[in-house]
Amino acid sequence: MSATSTWTITGVRDALRAKEISARELTKDFFARIENRNRELNAFLALSLERAYAQADRIDAMIAKGNALPPLAGVPIAVKDVISTRDITTTCGSKILESYNPPYDATAIERLERAGAVILGKTNCDEFAMGSSNENSAYGPVRNPVALDRVPGGSSGGSAAAVAAGLAVAALGTDTGGSIRQPGACCGIQGMMPTYGRVSRYGLIAFASSLDRIGPLTQNVTDASTVMSVIAGHDTNDSTSAAVPVPDYAAELEKPVQGLRIGVPEDYFGEGLDQEVREKVLAGIALLEKLGCGRIPLQMPHTDYAIATYYIVATAEASSNLARYDGVRYGLRIPGATLGEMYRTTRERGFGPEVKRRIMLGTYVLSAGYYDAYYLRAQKVRSLIARDFADAFQKVDVIITPTAPTPAFRLGEKTADPLQMYLADIYTVTGSLAGVPGISVPCGKTNVGLPVGMQILAPHFGESRVLQVARAFEKAGGFEI
Amino acid sequence: MKISREDVLRVAELAHLELTTEEIEMYRGQLDEILAYVDKLQRLDVVNVEPMAQVLFPSAGDQPELRDDTVVPCDISGTVLAQAPDAAKPFFRVPRVIER
Repeated sequence: MSATSTWTITGVRDALRAKEISARELTKDFFARIENRNRELNAFLALSLERAYAQADRIDAMIAKGNALPPLAGVPIAVKDVISTRDITTTCGSKILESYNPPYDATAIERLERAGAVILGKTNCDEFAMGSSNENSAYGPVRNPVALDRVPGGSSGGSAAAVAAGLAVAALGTDTGGSIRQPGACCGIQGMMPTYGRVSRYGLIAFASSLDRIGPLTQNVTDASTVMSVIAGHDTNDSTSAAVPVPDYAAELEKPVQGLRIGVPEDYFGEGLDQEVREKVLAGIALLEKLGCGRIPLQMPHTDYAIATYYIVATAEASSNLARYDGVRYGLRIPGATLGEMYRTTRERGFGPEVKRRIMLGTYVLSAGYYDAYYLRAQKVRSLIARDFADAFQKVDVIITPTAPTPAFRLGEKTADPLQMYLADIYTVTGSLAGVPGISVPCGKTNVGLPVGMQILAPHFGESRVLQVARAFEKAGGFEI
Repeated sequence: MKISREDVLRVAELAHLELTTEEIEMYRGQLDEILAYVDKLQRLDVVNVEPMAQVLFPSAGDQPELRDDTVVPCDISGTVLAQAPDAAKPFFRVPRVIER
């Protein structure tokens, strides 16, 4: 084992069973990797050493007794800092929660640990998950391990960078408008967004409640399916979590894709798409055709309205969700002579520029006189976008598009123009609005070596189908790790 | 121009944000650009379209399933108050809001 070797969940399972390494040694190795690389990458904001070693020791005790091991036994996992971890500082990348220690664990965390995972720590992200480059973190940007002058994507930039750099075997991210899939694409790894309601949001600190989802970032598709099988499922603590049985994702994974119908929406390959990204994604689709998939051109007529719809719906929900940060119950308080002054100065000092921008926009579109013209209208257009997907899935089994219009851009390249930054989400927000599941899989690199991501979307609760196509593609394309 | 300086100040007041002079001008310009962009939604005919407030699944039926309303212990007030910037158990303490 070298400092640069890539661990997968399957690899960890085999090594622990063969007693080539103990869970404690593996945990120690990962903390050493983080120690070596984090100053440069800024992927981790906090480490949970005590908790990680305690869990590793529990796994080692199970191995010593010859007990059956749970699916993530000893697997070092990183967690985006918007997901609550009991007694481990959870900042959401914001100054307003700089010293906040949640009193409880998110359901996803509870399930990971019950499945034997070792939580290494919390990863950097755009403040309250608002951003596409990780440059909106109050704790500084994350660098892309593939090219250090580039962004890792966002908002789950720290999670993606940690996995891509081998500082964690897998990570949890959250996806509201592309925040798992786009950083997955930028860093050259798998990023999966489950169906809305498939994974409990209990303990996920809310950005836009009708859009937020928790999902995995992993080295390969098999690992994504393993994490999904652990975190998916109904939870009485989240009224929007779906009471739909979780299938055996692993059982579907290696099924041949022959005969599946791939929808290719023409609107996603038009103006604004980088030439190299277009070529790689089209080559990826051609490869799936060689495996026996049919290719069906699609019209999804409301695609062009998705960014506008998304930035109204998401900011409206955000302005409401973030009203809770007022200096009363938790987080930062800047004292004031009156309650109102305390609220205003606390929020002015605690929130960064992008969060304030979105609170302002969201408050505006919800305010008297504008609600119908903006918010209500956006909710109606959201119905039309969801209908585009429903219609498309009458004709096809999956939809394939680029994940992002360009490869990872340079740090600072888009920070001056918020609207340009929003357009980085152009191919991901549609699936977010419709509530469908999707994954970004690596589909090659540009001439200068930047990873390109291909997005695979399926109907609601079609995670098995997403993973099956992703796995076939990974195997046939030689992207296997 | 979609949004004036007065609009920015009104929204900031609603959102409990105390903006600096530079922020007021910056957000006015940026919100103006974003609102001009989202104006494209006005082109669509949405007269007979239902608003989508939440992702709902046909399998979930018309009514969401409600759990039984049973009392369960929730003895966390100490842990919660420990996170408060200023607390006097069992209360959060804030600047005076009612003059006597």
